Amino acid sequence: MAILTLTIDDQPVSGTETETLLEVARQHGIEIPTLCHLDGLTDVGACRLCLVEIEGASRLQPACTTRLQEGMVVRTNTERLQRYRRTIVEMLASEGNHHCAVCVSNNHCELQDLAYTVGLQYVRVPYLYPAKTLDATHKDFVIDRDRCILCSRCVRVCHEVEGAHTWDIAGRGIGCEIISDLKQPWGQSTTCTSCGKCVLVCPTGALFEKGATVAEMEKRTEFLRYIVNARQRREWNPDLLHEE
Amino acid sequence: MSRTVTIDPVTRIEGHAKITIELDEQGTVRDARFHVNEFRGFEKFCEGRLMWEMPGITSRICGICPASHLVASAKAGDDILAIGIPETAEKLRRLMTLAQWIQSHALSFFHLSSPDLLLGFDGDPSTRNVFGLIAEHGDLARRGIRLRKFGQEVIELLGGRKIHTPWAVAGGVREPFDAARRDRLLAWIPEVKETAAIALRTLKDALDRHRHEIPSFGNFRSLHVGLVSRDGALEYYGGALRVRDGDGNTVADRIDPRHYAEIFGEVSEPWSYLKFPYYKPLGYPQGIYRVGPLSRLNVCDYIDTPLAEAERQAFKALGGDAEVVNNSFYYHYARLIEVVFAIEKTEQLLADPALLGTHVRAKAMINRTEGVGACEAPRGTLFHHYTVDENGVLKAVNMLIATSQNNLAMNRTVRQLAMRHLDGAEITEGLLNRIEAGIRCFDPCLSCSTHALGRMALHVQVVGATGDVLSEQWR
Ligand code: SF4
Ligand code: FES
Repeated sequence: MAILTLTIDDQPVSGTETETLLEVARQHGIEIPTLCHLDGLTDVGACRLCLVEIEGASRLQPACTTRLQEGMVVRTNTERLQRYRRTIVEMLASEGNHHCAVCVSNNHCELQDLAYTVGLQYVRVPYLYPAKTLDATHKDFVIDRDRCILCSRCVRVCHEVEGAHTWDIAGRGIGCEIISDLKQPWGQSTTCTSCGKCVLVCPTGALFEKGATVAEMEKRTEFLRYIVNARQRREWNPDLLHEE
Repeated sequence: MSRTVTIDPVTRIEGHAKITIELDEQGTVRDARFHVNEFRGFEKFCEGRLMWEMPGITSRICGICPASHLVASAKAGDDILAIGIPETAEKLRRLMTLAQWIQSHALSFFHLSSPDLLLGFDGDPSTRNVFGLIAEHGDLARRGIRLRKFGQEVIELLGGRKIHTPWAVAGGVREPFDAARRDRLLAWIPEVKETAAIALRTLKDALDRHRHEIPSFGNFRSLHVGLVSRDGALEYYGGALRVRDGDGNTVADRIDPRHYAEIFGEVSEPWSYLKFPYYKPLGYPQGIYRVGPLSRLNVCDYIDTPLAEAERQAFKALGGDAEVVNNSFYYHYARLIEVVFAIEKTEQLLADPALLGTHVRAKAMINRTEGVGACEAPRGTLFHHYTVDENGVLKAVNMLIATSQNNLAMNRTVRQLAMRHLDGAEITEGLLNRIEAGIRCFDPCLSCSTHALGRMALHVQVVGATGDVLSEQWR
């Protein structure tokens, strides 16, 4: 595969055409904030936090879904990008009902961390206080849509890794919401295997273990890399086990 | 002639206690009302949340006694899970409840009330505050600050921070305790015991100086309510409810707090956001009752720690023929006796090896759709009552807080003071001071009564028989 060269933030970097700007940037120690991206899942470009400037392109592009091209000149941290990112976080905050102080994920929340990263002091757009629903019908887990930022990580992990496809996104615009099994109560889902992967990958306190109290819910996402790698290398193929 | 005074929410001033004194045609005091203009609507917005989140949410109701809300909420959660919590967890929660008493009572006595008690009700208002107290009684004031700090430190070492700690949960507590932290607290005990003794001596001298004032400071018969242990001892965490009347007769006993709603009703009046609870068998407003330090000492048969029990005997003698002490001024005295008790009890608990157990949290799913948690908050009995669906989602929340249970009594106290100290329609500084001191006996947990270090923000109106405002004072 041909090696492509380009510059990111004045730094010469290289990679292959199957790689994304985000991957290559991270390999070279250049940090770009992300929210919907998670190593091991397909990228969908949903949150737009990873937007970057590419010389010659009229629009900003999400680094997580943009593939490398020879000679690209990319900027990841301009004043304009910082402003946009802060605005995105403000809108995420105003579109949900995020009360960090009493949230199960307080101090362990990617949205909260991002708010610190982008220097969010206050929210300039009006809070919408939308009426969202909470579903506690599952025996072990809860989804509180007040805290959902529609990153779709839960949808992807359930479809791509567990293979159950319990979760989907329904509705349009501000009415979008995460649903289980064509909008049945989660506890009645016939597809859910109760594996808990969605809970572990959810960046906020939207998905959590039943019984968790304030600031108690800590998520782990490293498992995803192991599972995906092992699967790609067919490490769990029974024939391979026999050969050993 | 009857009139309705309505508070226009637009003109309400947050953090001011508003009082109207109504006169009749002859110009004598007919009634006085203590309006509470704050409304926080906590109960409503908890609906739809999960029962497990409630300790963390409700401990934010109040920055003054968050640990009491935390404990009551966790207990309501235990009730919904229908489990008994581990012994260590109960002892740790007890420790926290006592620490809240110490912290809050120290604030009430040293910071808020002692300037009046020690510097006099008619002292210069510019120095009649905690700063004036430091100037004149420096050692006492400093000791008071440290006593409060001790209470805070217990809460902090148990819960990880001073206020709003989410440490107690349905089923127990989140973290075990350890010997290092216990020893840090034990080291405080001699000092705080001495502080409590000094405070008691100081208060008794002051009581003597104010003996002419005391009879009109909320001196009336009413019911008294509080938790007592199985054998009738002063209780703060468990036990059952006892109701005694103004003569000392026990009119209800061993009432499981779960049945609180059967004996207490609540009335809303259009002129106050604070509801008016009453004892149902006597109706409204005859069912006026008091809670808090005075009432707790009135309903118990004894205190199971030696120093506090000796002091309780002296307290009891103040009631004269009545078996109970009905004068609200003695809330101050009762509060200090409770500080002595809380310190003695804390010392006992710290010496108990069971405190260091590591099993502190029991887990269970929803086993009941209704739960009540009660404990004695510094200001009186606190009830949290939750109704949930089978998944633990809250359908209804009711909290009966101490300050509202004393609402009728606070109104009665203000009326009594107005009758004695209002001359004509002029609102004097002396009247303002006494109204403030009268309300302070109950140590109400309204921001108006606790802000501005020692000076309550007051708005007093005198209203004539025709409804027009005759005079008005702000401060
Ligand atoms: S529930 Fe969590 S993981 Fe799923 S879309 Fe919402 S925020 Fe993302
Ligand atoms: S991380 Fe790229 S769009 Fe969300």
